[in-house]
Amino acid sequence: MTERVGVYVCHCGSNIAGTVDVVDVANWAAEKLGRQGVIIAREYKFMCSSLGQELIEKDIKELGLTRVVVAACSPHLHEKTFRTAAKNAGLNPYLVELASIREQVSWVHSDKAVATAKAKAVVSGAVSRVIENAALEEIKVPINPNTLVVGGGIAGIQSALEIANAGFHVYLVEREPSIGGHMAQFDKTFPTLDCSACILTPRMVEAGTHPNITLLTWSEVTNVAGYVGNFHVTIKKKARFINEELCTGCGICQEKCPKKVIDDVYEAGLGYRKAVYTPFAQAVPNFPVMDKENCTYFIKGTCKACEKFCPTGAIDFNQQDEMLHIDVGNIVLATGYDLFDARRVSNYGYGRLPNVFTSLEFERLSNAAGPTSGNIVLRDGKTTPKSVGIIHCVGSRDKNFNNYCSVICCMQGLKFAHLVHERTGATVYNFYIDMRTAYKAYDEFYQRVLEEGTLFVRGKVAEVTNAARNEREKGKLIIQVEDTLAGKQRRIPVDMVILSSGLQPRADAKEVGKMFGISCSMDGWFTEKHPKLDPVATMTEGIYIVGCAQGPKDIPSSVAQGAAASARVLDKILQKEVALEPIKASVNQALCSGCKICNGLCPFNAITFIEDDKVTSINPALCQGCGTCVAACPAGAISGTGFSNEQIIAQIDGLMMRNLEPIVA
Amino acid sequence: MTTKPKFAMYWAASCGGCEIAVLNTHEKILDVDANFDVVFWPVAMDAKYHDVEAMEDGSILLTLFNGGIRNDENEHIAKLLRQKSKILVAFGSCACEGCIPGLANLSPVGDIVHTAFNTITTDNPNEIYPRTSYDVPEGELHIPTLSRMVRPLEQVVDVDYFMPGCPPESHQIAAVIDLVIKVVKGEAELPPKGSVIGCGDSTVCDECPRARNVKFIKEFKRIQDVAPVDPTLCLLEQGIPCNGPATRSGCNARCPQAGAQCIGCYGPAEGVMDYGARLITAFSSVIDANTPEEIDHILDGIPDPTGQVYRFNLAGSLLKANREVWKVKG
Repeated sequence: MTERVGVYVCHCGSNIAGTVDVVDVANWAAEKLGRQGVIIAREYKFMCSSLGQELIEKDIKELGLTRVVVAACSPHLHEKTFRTAAKNAGLNPYLVELASIREQVSWVHSDKAVATAKAKAVVSGAVSRVIENAALEEIKVPINPNTLVVGGGIAGIQSALEIANAGFHVYLVEREPSIGGHMAQFDKTFPTLDCSACILTPRMVEAGTHPNITLLTWSEVTNVAGYVGNFHVTIKKKARFINEELCTGCGICQEKCPKKVIDDVYEAGLGYRKAVYTPFAQAVPNFPVMDKENCTYFIKGTCKACEKFCPTGAIDFNQQDEMLHIDVGNIVLATGYDLFDARRVSNYGYGRLPNVFTSLEFERLSNAAGPTSGNIVLRDGKTTPKSVGIIHCVGSRDKNFNNYCSVICCMQGLKFAHLVHERTGATVYNFYIDMRTAYKAYDEFYQRVLEEGTLFVRGKVAEVTNAARNEREKGKLIIQVEDTLAGKQRRIPVDMVILSSGLQPRADAKEVGKMFGISCSMDGWFTEKHPKLDPVATMTEGIYIVGCAQGPKDIPSSVAQGAAASARVLDKILQKEVALEPIKASVNQALCSGCKICNGLCPFNAITFIEDDKVTSINPALCQGCGTCVAACPAGAISGTGFSNEQIIAQIDGLMMRNLEPIVA
Repeated sequence: MTTKPKFAMYWAASCGGCEIAVLNTHEKILDVDANFDVVFWPVAMDAKYHDVEAMEDGSILLTLFNGGIRNDENEHIAKLLRQKSKILVAFGSCACEGCIPGLANLSPVGDIVHTAFNTITTDNPNEIYPRTSYDVPEGELHIPTLSRMVRPLEQVVDVDYFMPGCPPESHQIAAVIDLVIKVVKGEAELPPKGSVIGCGDSTVCDECPRARNVKFIKEFKRIQDVAPVDPTLCLLEQGIPCNGPATRSGCNARCPQAGAQCIGCYGPAEGVMDYGARLITAFSSVIDANTPEEIDHILDGIPDPTGQVYRFNLAGSLLKANREVWKVKG
């Protein structure tokens, strides 16, 4: 045995030492794994501390270690730490192996004897494996300083502005005709009751006019290839049928268009727009789009009223969708959320009982620029409600729909209560399961709404019905609820019901995730790299997630994430080049028979088929070393550096303690 | 007394097909006779074990050993021939990786004996089972004792070369015979010890003329349930579980060319450690499913997964046998 191996067992405070006899593990490794080349085994309170690292560095230098095994936490957490330590001491960082005795041993066992035995096996596996490790060199590639931000809601706008203000170019892509996102639809924001438009529109204008921002609205990303620093993105710019060069945004086309269409998106179905329209007055950009499905000219072949009246000749009925190809170094996904469809909770009657409203409908009703100019009225458009019931947790914290808490709905329900109170003087009931008003100034708002006289009923509403049982209930919507504080069933008749719907992942979140090479949680939200310490990065380098795409959150958190991702992007840009892990797959073309089994599998589009030679080839620059193709290749023609058969079999032999003595046939 | 180099061939746990394949080289067999002195070949000529035992160590130049090691007689002859031979070739799938007899490693040996001697078709009311030794007036009689699992030759003795196939293709056998004759005449050199000979380096797909595309498999079907089978398209793409992608080349893709799926008799390709594991990951990589239910449904199209992916190499796989067999002492 020529390798000189050092084994370092971490206590991790009591995280490991509480369940694993770390001293025993270290002594055992020194004694029993000597045959494998272990010349020193130490234990230490916190191996990741600078003192712990120095211990390793010192041994590498003084004892001439050629391999290092650190038995500590998951490689996810500290692999980099110890690799860097090795590098500092002059040892190739890839000759360091982490044995996870925290996540895979101490945290999942309670019996100390068993856990200690397992820790020994894991260490033994790592020792056998590290001997087979090869010294690898990182690959450095330059970073494209441009950034793509997908989604023009407040999180995306914030992210784009931060990067643009730092002097780097940003492509901001939005699939709707205007940026602004959901925030543009709100009247007031909790808990300060700021006018949503008043605080949002300056940011929208700034993004729309910023010299470093290319704004691509009515556009969608259709393909992403490449890797951190060098993404190649294809964007479909949908035809607006408006020549943006000529359009001044005067709005005459909208005024003259004879076709009225119910606006399901921005006005939540409560108002009309024209067939050529901007979604709202402060839209950025303020070029309209033509709704081809509803435009009389596109349907019947005549009309062209807009074209006749347009003073600059900007209407272009022949415009086609355009495919744009851009290169960027980093991508921020701010694709937002969909509102939970309240129709799914059929016992609440939305869609069947006219005076049951969704939260978005209420936002439009209460918005001064909305279809009723801010008058809160029933579905008939004129009657002011005398009593209003606001139901929390619609579609959230409910095993039938979504298990998670949508975070914003409590505060949203309180905001609605305040607005109803202020504008109508109606009696307001809030039906809640638990009141969640954590965060700055939120609970104070709750107290304020309490003091305003809103009535709170703690209990999950069973049903909203119009089937009256007595005179008092006639003509009303009756809310059937178990008041869990009073301990009894109640029937509360009201004129209007507002459903505080939860948030859910975008319907196409999975496909979008797949396109960008990131994963979704079981609920469908994009998965962050670390839930606490790396909330805006993803497992795919160079792809960041911000705002509600990552999970339900309020406006301040979305803005904070937008800015946080920008800091990460700027950090990457300023490094000018990125070191790629040398963990790559490669094809032994002599063994490849071109069966094409691997061809459709690569999440990073690194695999190509060479028609002339009838073999598969892997682009090392694109390969992220995920190993999917290595596992799939039936001919064993693909191998992954760092995960060779020799390494894996050695590790298994080690785990099974076969390395302790010669194998008897 | 002849000075020709000596040749031997032996069958252990096998079907005899390998012997037929050698004879199927037609007139090439005359070259064997012309160049070798056939000293031991039970299927072709009379010979006694004690004659072999009497030979000098290393006196046989070439031994083609077919069949796996199923009992102590197989093991004894394997060790004997190893001792007496300069070049020992594991000939055919049984000797290389256990082949069909190796599927017996799914059952403990007691169950196998029970099934053979006490089933509906074998009326055995007195529970009489064969004994491995029996005293008769003439002395003690022995029949071989079954070992707890079938082992490929390599798990019992050191093997020089491996020649896969069930059976090896006759043209490959002929080529190997030609090579050995050339070596004897000093006109060629032997390949490195441990080589797999009489075959190609890549997989059956390499020799298969069928058109191939990126695969998305929605359903696995038995070939008889596919009508009509597209004669030009990759069988796997048609949902027929074809083992070609994982199987070593050398047969000229005989089965796929004839319209049947490859069943894997040439064993794992170069660099593959466990044939069945490779095939399972390959198949599961190309099934096109979004839900666990869909995955289950698609995999239900392969009713006997072990038979599908380990038909020829269960005994030579990483696991070698199932858990129940390992539990048997021995």
